[in-house]
Amino acid sequence: MSKYVQWVATLCSGLLFGLGLAYSSMIRPETVLDFLTLEDMGLLLVLGAAVSVNVLVFQLWPRWRTKPFFGDAFEKRPFVVDRRAVLGSALFGVGWGLCGVCPAPALAGLGAGNGDMWVVLLSIFVGAGVHGVWMTVVDVLRAKD
Amino acid sequence: MEWFPNGWVRYAGGGVLIGLGVALLYVSTGRLGGASTFFSAAWSWVSKLAFFQQDALRNSRAWRLVYALGMVLGGVVYVAVGLPVGESHVQLWRFVLGGLLIGFGARLGGGCTSGHGICGVASLSKGSFWMVLVFLCTAIVTALAVQALGVRP
Repeated sequence: MSKYVQWVATLCSGLLFGLGLAYSSMIRPETVLDFLTLEDMGLLLVLGAAVSVNVLVFQLWPRWRTKPFFGDAFEKRPFVVDRRAVLGSALFGVGWGLCGVCPAPALAGLGAGNGDMWVVLLSIFVGAGVHGVWMTVVDVLRAKD
Repeated sequence: MEWFPNGWVRYAGGGVLIGLGVALLYVSTGRLGGASTFFSAAWSWVSKLAFFQQDALRNSRAWRLVYALGMVLGGVVYVAVGLPVGESHVQLWRFVLGGLLIGFGARLGGGCTSGHGICGVASLSKGSFWMVLVFLCTAIVTALAVQALGVRP
């Protein structure tokens, strides 16, 4: 039973996220590009509002309840900065600055009827595939050393 | 310079909705909802490469797919209730090249605008904070350079 509720909750979470992206016009690449060319600071408000909500939720909720409603434990983000992560984030930024779209707005934009987003989504998918091959090659080379 | 030539209400309101989406996922399932891992997890359905068959991707691919479908649905609902969508005319070559860099970079960098920018920063992760600074800087430089080269929009 809680399995089904989990699916519904996940779908609703994505729906709210996508609706917010559409409502804040982040699904329109031009709006994001206007921010990146420093003509409209709206994106900072979007990010700031979303972060503010979740600083509260992530910090306070686990103190109040020991477990999520339909899951086993609250996840932590395992992440450490290294050279690879800096390079990856820098490249991600170049891509974002080039087209004004990032993964979540590409999905929501597709739903809102922007067919060009198929091109973005397919390219992101290919890029993620290249990453997997790259990591595999790096591992093989490391093993040979 | 005017900070918000198009007003601030839709930005702040949309940001709160996005935040509530991430919050709902967290309180109901305990998961942190970044978007970009979905694209690696999706490869686990089609590729036998060990990298894509790792547990972290295989075990999360189903919920990540549902979460991604939810985002698409969010866009559908937005249009269905009659809210306005601005026209967009960004050139296709920018989507192709940009998309490739986004897919590769976000996965190598451990997250995108939602993973690092919202979930990471809201978790008070110093590493995510630095990654956001890095991609904001390279994105701004890139967008300004493209604009300076006369590419419109």
